[in-house]
Amino acid sequence: MSSSPLILGFVPLLDCATVVAAHELGFARAEGLELTLVRENSWANIRDRVIVGHFDAAHMLGPMAVASGLGISHMTVPMIAAMSLGLGGNAITVSKALWRDMAAHGATLGATAAVQGAALCNAIRARAARGLAPLTFAMVYPFSAHNYELRYWLAACGIDPDVDVRLTVIPPPFLVDALREGQVDGFCVGAPWSSLAVEAGVGTIVLPTTAIWRLSPEKVLGCRADWAQTHTAELAALIRATTRAAAWCDDANNHAELAKLLAEPRYVGVSADILQRTLAGTLRLSPESDATRVSDYLCFARHGANFPWKSHALWFYSQMVRWKQVEPSKERADIARSTFRPDIYRDAVRSLGIDVPLADAKIERTTEAITDAKGEVVFGAEGFFDGKVFDPENVDDYVGEAAQQLNET
Amino acid sequence: MTRAAERASPRFQLHCPMTEPPLRILIVDQNVTRASILEDGLREAGYTDVTVVRDMQNLMRRIVDADPDVICIDLENPNRDVLEQMFQVSRLVRRPVCMFVDKSDTASMEAAVDAGVGTYVVDGLKKERIKPLIEMTMSRFKAFDRLREELDRTKQQLEDRKLVDKAKGILMKERGLTEEQAYSLMRKAAMNENVRLGQIAQSIITASRLLK
Repeated sequence: MSSSPLILGFVPLLDCATVVAAHELGFARAEGLELTLVRENSWANIRDRVIVGHFDAAHMLGPMAVASGLGISHMTVPMIAAMSLGLGGNAITVSKALWRDMAAHGATLGATAAVQGAALCNAIRARAARGLAPLTFAMVYPFSAHNYELRYWLAACGIDPDVDVRLTVIPPPFLVDALREGQVDGFCVGAPWSSLAVEAGVGTIVLPTTAIWRLSPEKVLGCRADWAQTHTAELAALIRATTRAAAWCDDANNHAELAKLLAEPRYVGVSADILQRTLAGTLRLSPESDATRVSDYLCFARHGANFPWKSHALWFYSQMVRWKQVEPSKERADIARSTFRPDIYRDAVRSLGIDVPLADAKIERTTEAITDAKGEVVFGAEGFFDGKVFDPENVDDYVGEAAQQLNET
Repeated sequence: MTRAAERASPRFQLHCPMTEPPLRILIVDQNVTRASILEDGLREAGYTDVTVVRDMQNLMRRIVDADPDVICIDLENPNRDVLEQMFQVSRLVRRPVCMFVDKSDTASMEAAVDAGVGTYVVDGLKKERIKPLIEMTMSRFKAFDRLREELDRTKQQLEDRKLVDKAKGILMKERGLTEEQAYSLMRKAAMNENVRLGQIAQSIITASRLLK
C-alpha cells in the first residue's frame, strides 16, 4: 500500500463522523492506510481541492459528485461516489415568528410533512393576501440533498419554491444568527445545526427530512474518477475502513465516545451533549418542548446505508432537471448513473462478509405508516411522504409528473 | 465616497490613465481584520478601486451595485458557497473569483491556477504576487466564460435544428408543402414575430400535438 497518507477533506457536520472514526479509531490503519483529514468551510472548496488533487477523496454532497461530472457546477470533472456516508440527518427549521404563523394554520410539533406543509402553504397565502414579502428559506448549497428535499416538500404541498418563497444559500455556521436576525424565516440543514437553533431559542424544527423521504441519500465518499482508476487498492482499503467505521458509529454504545471526539474544535466543534443526543436521533423540536426520538433520523450503516445506489444518483439528477439546473438528455442521465459506483463498493467490501445488495438500483417507494404495539405511528418502509414512486428507469415521466403537480395547484 | 467621486479624485487620475480603467475589486469578508489586511495588500499593489462588503445581507445587490471586475474572498470563508449559489442563479453577477489563503502550501495552490479552477493563493499577501494572480484570475475566467457561452450557443443551435426539422415535417404533411416552402413559411413567421426559428418550430410542434 502507498506509504504517503491519503488526504481527505470534510465539512464540520455530524455525518463526517464515519471519516473521522476511520482515522481516529484505527480502522484505516488496520487496512494499511494513513489518513490526513482536512477541515473545510465551504463545499466549493471541497470540490475544487478534490479537482486539483489536494484531496484524494472527501466527505462530499452526493449531488456535488453528480454535478461535477455534468459540468453544471463549475468545470466538467468526472467524479465518483465510492460509497454513501449515511442516510438522512437533515431537518427543516423555522423562526419563532413563522412557527406561530404556521401553528395558527394547523401545524403542530411532530406532525407529518403533509400537515406541516399545508399549514405553511396557508400561512404563505395569508401573507400574500396581506401584501407581505415572500418568506425566505436557506439551504447550504445549490447541489445538495438539502436543496432538493426542501424543494420537494414545498412543491408537494403546493408551494412553488421558485415563486412563492425565496431560496438562498447560507453556510451552516451562520444559520442560527440569520434566523435570529430575521434574515431568513427557515432553513434546511444537516445535523447538528437545527438542534443548535433550537438550543439557542430561536428556531422550531418543523420536520426532520426523514419525514419527507425516509432513508434518503446524503453525503458520499467522493473522489475524481481518474484517481479511482489509478488508486484501486487504496480506494478499496479506504472503503473498507470507512464501512467498518460506519458500523462503529451506528452502535449506540459508542455514541458517547464519538460525540466527545466530534466535539473537538478540529472536527465539528459543538457541544458533545448536543452531538450525542443527535446521534441517538433525539431531537428537541422547539425551545419549549421535551426531546422526542425520531427513528432512523441519521443512519450511518444500518439499512444498507453505505451502498451507493444508482437510483439515488438518478434521483439527484431528476431534481437537477426538475429545478432547471440542467437540461435533460439520455447522455446526462448516463453520466449521473455512472457517478455512483456500487460495483467498486461491492468488490471492496467482499472480504468484510457483510450483506450487500445484488442490484445496482432500486425503485424508491412510498412510505408505509404502521402502528406499532404502543400505538405509535412508525414508518415501515423507506419512501416519499406524498406517496410518489421514483422508478430510476423512468426519470423523464417522473419529472414530467412533478411539473404537472405544481401546475395543478 | 461614492464611486463617481472616487473616480474624479486626483489620486485616481494619478494612478490610472483614462486609457486603462482601474480594476474594480470587491472583497467579501465578515472578518474586519482579515478584510483590511487584504484591502491594504491590494492598495499597496496599486489597486485603488477596492470595495469591502462585510454585510452578507443583500450580497447580490451589492455585487450588482459595485459591478466589480473581480471578487476576492478568503478561502476559509464559508460564504464562498453563497457566491456559488448566486452565480448559479444569475449570470448577471457572475464574476471571476480570486481566493486568498494565508497558508504556506503555495506550490499545490498554484496547481489550482493551472487547472483553471480559480483558486488562488497569496502567501501572506505579498504584494508582488497579488497583481499577476488577479490578472490570471481574470483571464482564466474570461476564457472559461467564452467557452461556456460558445458551448451554450452550439447546444441551442443543435436543439433548434432538431425542432425545425420536426416542424418542417409537420407542415409538409399537414399543408402539403415542399420542404423549401415549409422552411420559408417558418422563417417568415419568425421574422414577423421577432423570435428564433427554433421557437416557431416549437410552437408548431406543440400546436400539432394539442390538435391531434
